[in-house]
Amino acid sequence: MTTLHQINHQIVYQRPESLSDTNTHYCPGCTHGVAHRLVAEVLDEMGIREKTIGVAPVGCSVFAYKYFNMDFVEAAHGRAPAMATGVKRVLPQNTVYTYQGDGDLASIGMAEIMHVAARGENITVIFINNAIYGMTGGQMAPTTLPGMKTTSSPLGRDVELSGFPIRMSEMLATMDGAGYIARGSLHDAKHIRKAKKAIRIAFETQERGLGFSMVELLSSCPTNWKITPNEALDFIAEQMVPVFPLGEFKTNPELAKLRV
Amino acid sequence: MSKQLLKGNEAFAEAAIRAGCEGFFGYPITPSTEFLEYMAKRMPELGRAFVQAESEVAAINMVYGAACTGKRVMTASSSPGISLMMEGISYLAGTEVPAVIVNVMRGGPGLGNIAPAQGDYYQMVKGGGHGDYFPIVLAPASVQEAINIMGVAFDLADKYRAVVHMIVDGNMGQMMEPAELPPMRELPKKPPNWAVTGAKGRKPNFLSSIYIDPVEQEVTNLRLLKRWLEIEKNEVRFAESGLEDAEIAVVGFGTSGRVASSAIRTAREEGIKVGLLRPITLAPFPEKRLEEISKQVRRILVVEMNSGMMLDDVNRVVQGRVPVEFYGRMGGITPLPDEILDEIRRVATNRMPVNGDARQQWITRLEKIVGGQA
Repeated sequence: MTTLHQINHQIVYQRPESLSDTNTHYCPGCTHGVAHRLVAEVLDEMGIREKTIGVAPVGCSVFAYKYFNMDFVEAAHGRAPAMATGVKRVLPQNTVYTYQGDGDLASIGMAEIMHVAARGENITVIFINNAIYGMTGGQMAPTTLPGMKTTSSPLGRDVELSGFPIRMSEMLATMDGAGYIARGSLHDAKHIRKAKKAIRIAFETQERGLGFSMVELLSSCPTNWKITPNEALDFIAEQMVPVFPLGEFKTNPELAKLRV
Repeated sequence: MSKQLLKGNEAFAEAAIRAGCEGFFGYPITPSTEFLEYMAKRMPELGRAFVQAESEVAAINMVYGAACTGKRVMTASSSPGISLMMEGISYLAGTEVPAVIVNVMRGGPGLGNIAPAQGDYYQMVKGGGHGDYFPIVLAPASVQEAINIMGVAFDLADKYRAVVHMIVDGNMGQMMEPAELPPMRELPKKPPNWAVTGAKGRKPNFLSSIYIDPVEQEVTNLRLLKRWLEIEKNEVRFAESGLEDAEIAVVGFGTSGRVASSAIRTAREEGIKVGLLRPITLAPFPEKRLEEISKQVRRILVVEMNSGMMLDDVNRVVQGRVPVEFYGRMGGITPLPDEILDEIRRVATNRMPVNGDARQQWITRLEKIVGGQA
């Protein structure tokens, strides 16, 4: 009789080494966990975990350092690109990335993100766009859609009063220092696979010294959008994608040969 | 090495490089700009990091990131720029990573002007950023002393994993003086064990000022406080002259201390028994020495280029044992030796108790000067 121990196991799916063996604080239906996993898988596949230094933001992913299994620093709100610049300039052989939300990156950190791209700083930015401030409880973000209700736009974002959502990827793609800029989405398996590919190219951009790289990821926030997780995924596909079109906005020609 | 004629800001920058500074991040602002310009040329020559940041806010956060790698890093700015950096300085302190910050002070508040001042005393000495932390504050009074203290600044920052401010006024940044530079120090071969360098063959290092649990934050603040008490015990620095037989003590730091020393020489020639205490560390403040002096002299004159900020610290230490008088110039005006000499003469003959705040009587005298009646 064959016992369980004698069966040849082949592991086909497990926690990437770049993720810590711990529970996260993220809400049910939040796509931060998916984004974390994609980054971790890419770092594992590239074999660069041991030389990678992450920069955590202020926002829902403030505890990212707990969930990634690598050296990490924690930035002040919006300043992750500046902090990453400091790390990268004195440790140019290391891989450095920031993980930032939309309030952090596109509001308070607007100057830092534009200039880090303008300088062509060899860092990678993972930008989570969920159109809302999550950690502080659902206020209007610079990426909140017109008409979208938040606690600080209770009647819906009125563009006459509070302007329009900002498309960061499109703006950053105009920077000569940017090597790779893409926007993906995490609302279904197909798009998650595409997003992973974009994250891989972004880190490859850094490893090849081709300048600044960023992947924007359209993400869900069912808690603050006040809808179910499934409805939240539909909201991304139906409401967010038309405002934030998916695709690659800037690709250094040297990356074209890359097969990932 | 022999003496050269050196411009303050450039000399400080070269001294920082020779002390092992591997990263400079800054933003142009008068009267500190030559510091950045010098670094822009010199750091790349040595293969070290230099970035002209998009703002002081970005600059200090670059310092923050680079400091987390355990390398010696710094910035230099002037008063309004330092105000912008205060958030980051608090983060540096909370994360317990070493950094050296130079403030070449100018007239304020607000945009103020670009003339030399010492009005940032409270901001630098009492913290300036949010939360419970204690920066070390060094206040040299000559180009040579600043050169010498730059190495000390980095050593102290590393030793205590602390923020070290070197504050000088615009005079010091802009003036040229003969001075001698130290030899180039060797860079450390290995980063400290707390630094982020990539978790190769070890557990990940994490550096942050976040302690979500108030209990952990209190433990951290207690650690910072105890470290500060160690610093107070071990790192007090001051210069003094003519205090052995003094009946009058002048207390001044940086340029105002230096101008006072000229006035004191003349006053001595006139037979006035006056000496100078010049704190080099404003934090920790030379409390013990000042206490001794206050038991010896019959009157103290505090001279500053501000509205009487160190005066509060002097009063705190002297505790009314002897009258403490004040003379200050503000807004970017450097007092002349003759002004301070007049004050020394006045104080030497004044036998009256000081009623209330020494500032009250100084204001009356200053208004005459400002109004052209003096």
